[in-house]
Amino acid sequence: MHTVTRPIIVFLCLCLLLLLLFPVVGSSFYTGLVTKIMILSIFTISLDLLIGFTGLVSFGHAAFFGIGAYLLAILFGNLEQINYWWSLTLTLSLTGVAALLVGWLCIRTSGVYFIMLTLAFAQMFFYFFFESPHFGGDDGIFMLNKPQITLATRQLVDLDNEHHFYYFVLAWLVGVYLFLSMILRAPFGHVLIAIKANEQRVRALGYSTPHYKLVSFVIAGTIAGLAGFLEAAHTNFVTPAYLGWHESGMAIMMVILGGMGTLFGPVIGTFIVVLLQDFLPEFTEHWKLIMGAIIIFVVLFLPNGIAGLIFSISNRFSSRAPGGREG
Amino acid sequence: MNTGSTTPLLQAEGLHTYYGDSHILRGIDLRIEAGETVSLMGRNGMGKTTTLRSLIGLTPPREGRIRIRGREATRLKPHQIIRQGIAFVPEDRGIFPNLSVLENLTMAARSGPDGRDEWTLKRVLELFPRLGQRLTHMGNQLSGGEQQMLTIARALMTNPDLIILDEATEGLAPLIRLEIWVVIRHIKSTGIASIIVDKDINALLPICDRNYIISKGEVVYHGRSRELMENPELHKQYLGV
Repeated sequence: MHTVTRPIIVFLCLCLLLLLLFPVVGSSFYTGLVTKIMILSIFTISLDLLIGFTGLVSFGHAAFFGIGAYLLAILFGNLEQINYWWSLTLTLSLTGVAALLVGWLCIRTSGVYFIMLTLAFAQMFFYFFFESPHFGGDDGIFMLNKPQITLATRQLVDLDNEHHFYYFVLAWLVGVYLFLSMILRAPFGHVLIAIKANEQRVRALGYSTPHYKLVSFVIAGTIAGLAGFLEAAHTNFVTPAYLGWHESGMAIMMVILGGMGTLFGPVIGTFIVVLLQDFLPEFTEHWKLIMGAIIIFVVLFLPNGIAGLIFSISNRFSSRAPGGREG
Repeated sequence: MNTGSTTPLLQAEGLHTYYGDSHILRGIDLRIEAGETVSLMGRNGMGKTTTLRSLIGLTPPREGRIRIRGREATRLKPHQIIRQGIAFVPEDRGIFPNLSVLENLTMAARSGPDGRDEWTLKRVLELFPRLGQRLTHMGNQLSGGEQQMLTIARALMTNPDLIILDEATEGLAPLIRLEIWVVIRHIKSTGIASIIVDKDINALLPICDRNYIISKGEVVYHGRSRELMENPELHKQYLGV
């Protein structure tokens, strides 16, 4: 676990500044691509709450991403006007309930059984949507409109404007990041981090660890649902692939590559993986081999991911000073 | 020393505990009164740690009864037992390496079962000034002695009525051991009951009011420290000293 040093804060501020300025210089295509990456980053940060901070390796986290996306498309996709506040509240509430039910069963297991159970649930959801003609089957569902963010009949943000959408997602990314930073600095977060180190010790301190793990699972699932909601609103389309094991596996890869147990690590991992997926095919049709080699390199030589490397560099620039938990 | 006329703080009757098919505890009986300091002695592998783990539900007994302040606690989960004012200091020290010293302490902070809030962070750091100098260090950056101090300090942050110390000074440097014994004496003076497992009989016996010797999962001796000190045969027979 790392603590925030001044160089890290400077680095994060610079990244934020770059993201703020990007739409000014970036083309429409890349603005859309970075929007997608930021949505996926919200998803991978939520997965890191489970893997990196609570020690729960979920191989079915994409289920909640997909459920969030499908709920928006199913409940509101045919409407001429989608009220953002209602659609978001309903989508997140129902995704949270789904995470509660799945988590309630899954947290009774641990290790490889937890992995298999989360995978099994995700595949159940995947095949449910894949084989349901009412929900578009394997074709997915198209949405007519994006949600409208209004307050007292006044439009606050125009989600049809790609720049508005970009900054809207960036605000959510920063919000989710700060929210998770806050809970990880609170005693609740310390219990989660301690559970990852040694669950039995935490029980011997008087904590009911299953309850803490369940709350962590529900928070992570709900945030993944938020990412799904944003993705559906971004593309006006949902597909069963959102819920598949491939999506969950990719998210785990992004978290490991970026650095587990740090909140900015998964964001970096998401950027690297998606950008590599975008650039590498231009050079070779065997780009997946190169991608695999990069991941093998990081796992072998950077066991704490890219974020671990950044922490090592930052520690050279600053003596270890008292600071908050890494956010 | 209190007599058995009052309701014991913690009482175990006929505990039988197994690891798989291995029958480890074979009918352990023990009792501790409020404010009392009790030792649990015996050679390695005789069931001392299993007894402690059974008492707090980490390794639940298959048979027997555990009562806390006279109330049934046999089937309670570990966190429910601990929340009744019992703190456990495990033999592997049990600090969280991925939390700072301050976070290790504050995550455990709570009032005692009767609402007592005597052990604040300030008071704990007065007892362990060395931890005060290491508050921002991560748990894995501490020496073995500091880790043991942190574990005891964390136990005190729960404002317990009973503190269970497994191998209180095992593997520590002689000077650090002395510091730990001073702390244990201080804890005793504040009226907190203790169950202590340690191999340093010379340090242990003068502190304890009563002593249990366990051999092959059974209590083979139970008595006051003076009786035990005057009986070297028991030392040889059951403690190997």
